[in-house]
Amino acid sequence: MKPNNTRYNLMELMVCVAARQLEDGKTAVIGTGMPLSAAMLAQKTAAPGLVILFEAGGVAPILQRLPISVADSNTQTGGLLHTSMDIIFEACQRGTVDYTFLGGAQIDMYGNINSSMIGTDYDHPKVRLPGSGGANDLASLCWKTLIITPHDKRRFIKKLDFLTSPGYLTGPGARERAGLPAGGGPYKVISTLALMGYDPETKRMRVESLHPGVTKEVVIENTGFEMLFVDSLPETPEPTDHELKILREEVDPLGLVIGKSGQ
Amino acid sequence: MNEQAPIVSPQGELFTSPDVEEARSFFMQKPRTMTNKLMSVSEAVGRFIHDGDYIASGGFGGVRIASAVLHEMVRQRKKNLGLSGHTATHDFQILAAGRCFNRCDVAYIVGLELRGLSPNARRYVESGAVKMTEWSNGTLAWRYKAAAMGVPFLPASVLLGTDTIKYSAAKTVECPFTGRTLLAVPALFPDVGIIHVHRADIYGNCQIDGISIADYDVGRCSKRVIISTEHLVDTDEIRKEPIKTLLPFWLADAVCHVPYGSYPGNMPYEYFSDEDHLAEWMEAEKDPGIFEKFIDKYIYGVKDFSEYLELKGGEARIAELREIEPLRRGDYRAAIKAGGSK
Repeated sequence: MKPNNTRYNLMELMVCVAARQLEDGKTAVIGTGMPLSAAMLAQKTAAPGLVILFEAGGVAPILQRLPISVADSNTQTGGLLHTSMDIIFEACQRGTVDYTFLGGAQIDMYGNINSSMIGTDYDHPKVRLPGSGGANDLASLCWKTLIITPHDKRRFIKKLDFLTSPGYLTGPGARERAGLPAGGGPYKVISTLALMGYDPETKRMRVESLHPGVTKEVVIENTGFEMLFVDSLPETPEPTDHELKILREEVDPLGLVIGKSGQ
Repeated sequence: MNEQAPIVSPQGELFTSPDVEEARSFFMQKPRTMTNKLMSVSEAVGRFIHDGDYIASGGFGGVRIASAVLHEMVRQRKKNLGLSGHTATHDFQILAAGRCFNRCDVAYIVGLELRGLSPNARRYVESGAVKMTEWSNGTLAWRYKAAAMGVPFLPASVLLGTDTIKYSAAKTVECPFTGRTLLAVPALFPDVGIIHVHRADIYGNCQIDGISIADYDVGRCSKRVIISTEHLVDTDEIRKEPIKTLLPFWLADAVCHVPYGSYPGNMPYEYFSDEDHLAEWMEAEKDPGIFEKFIDKYIYGVKDFSEYLELKGGEARIAELREIEPLRRGDYRAAIKAGGSK
């Protein structure tokens, strides 16, 4: 699963691929870690007009350093607005936020996410995880949800231990039937192996491109549910030297995110 | 639009009453006179926080938190508290170290964002010592807001269809205008809200710089409010820029002057977080025996927060953290001039 070169590691690959999914001139509420590295990279490359909002209240900052917290001073430098959490989620609720970019411990074929617990008994979890944070609100309310996560069978799982934040729930129409706003939902998943989207008919996760050196079989072996694939499967374009330079020198010079193993 | 929306019967416990009449009666008798409320942290915690109370901690986990007040709650061995886990990170870590709470409304707990999961907080909640009800940051913010508005609930379009709603204490309602299924988030009236601010006068008029997170509403929905402040100022200072005022005096019960009172958290425009010390906490927590000594040294074994600050390097360390505070450095201004972002 190692990329077949020494030019970049898996974290760098994921962040570069993720950054390309964000369109210029749009709004996005971003979570810490890999999602934020991707958004910062996007802003410094193809999407300089991407407006980044933080759930704690920072709006459109000049991002100089990778924030550790979605509330810390680095989310506020040079901002256009310093506001509060209710205001940010309300902006999402009335339909003004295009993207949200999240992580998660487990994801299923409909893009539902677990960030609450590992185990089968809620009262006695094997591992207690943080919970929704803002993820449920964002996945419910933003137009397009992107997920970035390493790819293995423990994470890409048939049945979540806990459904924290909504993807397409149980399939087509399920979000709307539950009462969630129409038209939103999962958009892309960026993993260590592939870039995935969703089949428009079944709302199931579907590989759109394989990362360099990765085969269909490797994806199947590392996925706990039946993964779909587009018919003619392209290779994900590699990170460019320019993307890697910006990522290493400007976005994450301390290696807070790209210095991790990716597993 | 969504006639088939299931009726949801969440199984989480509602730890506080959303009854507005009860809250109004309490707020009716709260004094409106502009009196001097300046007191020590120890007096404020002793007078206003009682065992069993429900607490809302302001700020955002490791940003603009009232660390001095949280430490004092541990030192005075407050027990059986309820806690709003609205992105509770280092604040949660401190209160978990003191085993101060036994129930929690969960939006974000146990983790410290990019810093990972707290081993001691995990042990505490995984032991079953804490009753939990699930929410999200948005729904907890709106629960504060509903209470601040003086209404028993607010409608919202989140949590629906997930396990988060199943383990919450929300309900679903039908919109009387459109027939849509909506989430009803119940008003949350904490017994005590604790908020760290940039400047306050002795009466409780107070201001913050930067994002306010949920504190505008925490200060309004909480029955009692403890303010800790970096700077103690004259009321005239507040009047110069009233747009910055978070709370007027009659909402506050106590004002504590605690310079660096958010340490090791980040106080925007003042000092950055002490990542070395936060890493030291995480490391110490790995071994319960070591962590016990750690807490003895830094909380139980000191008289007050300033002694803890001295142990961590005092003014010299704070000077370093002021030096690296991004909103003081101002180098983002160079980026603006260079046209670095639209």
